[in-house]
Amino acid sequence: MGLFISILSGAIVYAVSVMYAGIGETFSERAGIMNLGVEGIMLMGAVAGYITAVNTRDLALSFLVVLLTGAVFGLIFAFLTVTLQADQTVCGMAMLTFGTGLSGFLGKDVAGVAANLKFQAFSIPLLGDIPVIGPIFFRQNLLVYAMYVIVPLSLFYIYKTKYGLYLRALGENPAALDSAGMNVFGLRYAYVIFGCTMIAVSGACVTLANTNFWSPGMTAGKGWIAFALVAFSSWNPLKLTFGALLFGFISCLGSNLQIYLPSVPTEIYSAMPYIATIIAFILATGNFRKAHTAQPAALCKPYDRESR
Amino acid sequence: MKKLRLERKTSGSGFSVFLNSVLFTGVALVVCGFIIAAVGFNPIEVYAKMFRKAFLSARGIRKAIESGLPLMLCGLGVSIAFRMNLNNIGAEGQYAVGAIFGVAYVLYGPNLPGVPGILALACCCFLGGALWALLCAAPRAFWDVDESITTLMLNYVALILLSYLCLGPWKAKGQNMGQTEKIPDAFVIPEIPGLEVSMAFPAVIVIALLLFFFYRYTTSGFQINVIGKSPTAARYAGINIRRNILLVLGLSGGLAGLAGFVQYVAVTGRVQENMPNNAGYTGIVIAYLSRFNPIVVIIVSILFAGLQNSSATVQVMGVPAQIATMMQGAIMVIVIAGDFFQRYKFVAAGKGGKA
Repeated sequence: MGLFISILSGAIVYAVSVMYAGIGETFSERAGIMNLGVEGIMLMGAVAGYITAVNTRDLALSFLVVLLTGAVFGLIFAFLTVTLQADQTVCGMAMLTFGTGLSGFLGKDVAGVAANLKFQAFSIPLLGDIPVIGPIFFRQNLLVYAMYVIVPLSLFYIYKTKYGLYLRALGENPAALDSAGMNVFGLRYAYVIFGCTMIAVSGACVTLANTNFWSPGMTAGKGWIAFALVAFSSWNPLKLTFGALLFGFISCLGSNLQIYLPSVPTEIYSAMPYIATIIAFILATGNFRKAHTAQPAALCKPYDRESR
Repeated sequence: MKKLRLERKTSGSGFSVFLNSVLFTGVALVVCGFIIAAVGFNPIEVYAKMFRKAFLSARGIRKAIESGLPLMLCGLGVSIAFRMNLNNIGAEGQYAVGAIFGVAYVLYGPNLPGVPGILALACCCFLGGALWALLCAAPRAFWDVDESITTLMLNYVALILLSYLCLGPWKAKGQNMGQTEKIPDAFVIPEIPGLEVSMAFPAVIVIALLLFFFYRYTTSGFQINVIGKSPTAARYAGINIRRNILLVLGLSGGLAGLAGFVQYVAVTGRVQENMPNNAGYTGIVIAYLSRFNPIVVIIVSILFAGLQNSSATVQVMGVPAQIATMMQGAIMVIVIAGDFFQRYKFVAAGKGGKA
């Protein structure tokens, strides 16, 4: 039982650290802008938060810096893809390289330095005492609790509000929105910046919650897993949650099995989440029978008023 | 003050693309200078030191060519896929698998002497990279599964496999580092007499020239360009897209696999656990900056390799080695932004052009 609880609560921690990025990317792609640079921006968020934590010892301020870093990168990315209408794949790769390099460069003074400052797990009174469910769901850190609220909120926003309708239209048919008098460029800027901010929070989950150190490239593909989850979940935050939990479960299963089956090389366990992502991604997005896809029709297409 | 407005223009000539790229690379260096200054170093001193070490000595240039070899092959491999709008982000993994196949051949393969042995080894590495890429090409060709995610995920799998082999069964005896035994002398590619540059360099140039002619003068090369520019047009023209996806991704992965070969045979002489060392990702930046032109890939690779080597020389000043990746990323971001001026130009409002 103890093992079961530890795997599941670990799965939630893992899932949340990719879900911030996944939900941010969902909003960005729903708005028609594909951001391939998730991993790089996540690293930037992770290192910016950690540097601030080491130097100021102020968790709230560190988190604010994380948000700001994400916003700045979002602004750059939006400028490239929305205003300059550059190729989104290439821009994403550029942000990835730049973010990876810059985070390693800026983080040189804090690599290996202990901050001893992170979002600590705490038990919610009453709820935390429920057997089984309590230790799994309600003895987590603040970022996890926030995610419990963000998922329903984002679902409500996308599917039930007028703004959500605009958002979906932005990715399907921006010209229609433009004709209706909405500012396509402004909205896309807003969603890309929001998306990048959320991606940066995922980085904060890594350095300021799940672990508490910094080393270059430490997100180890989490940004890409988040990116894969978005297409895997057909741009739906609820399905994204299930996908993230599945991957969280697989990777925690690996690290726990290691204790019980020491004869199997540990490399097999570390490769498991990636292989699972590939298989699940092929099964979920493969064009086996349905011709229809949930992918926003205007994804990756720059909006240009002159060629309407 | 006169008002300016933007106007669309026809795409520029090769020369204007070149000028634009050089100009915005300069801008990127200035931006990086500010970042370097913000971390507390003197950017002019850092740049001067890097430049002097990497490009102002015969030894520096030789080293740049040598460490540029895998970058060239990764860049060539990535550009062939990007030409067809296939995002092969997996050069890193294909490189690693190429190297793994190479070691497997050396350990278990038939013992051919001389040039045939080297060629067989090269084919083996090519095959490794190609097979690894085909794992993603097949789902793309048959079920339309986005290849960027699958190729990337396989990078992690390949690197885990490589580090397992280098630290486990294939680890050299009496070594602390995760690396294989030194390659037998029979497989080592000789240097060009008098130049101290490996014969692998002219071989890579030949590959680049072949690719250049392949794109320009063969039906297959033409088909790749058509599919890249307009898949719908290609379908109407009856081009077999499925076959081309398999062909191009296989070739792309194979070239990345050859990067593992040159690194193994011409540079390090061993396969090390962290061997691709970001060459696959750098290859993407190189491919884009060279606009997928194979000849330009060679030149940009040498420049980037020089940049990477020189980052080691400023490390003694305390500058982190990631300065090279950061500069590459910044160059790519800013050159992309600069490409806007390939498509638009500023004109004074009220003059010229239609309103």
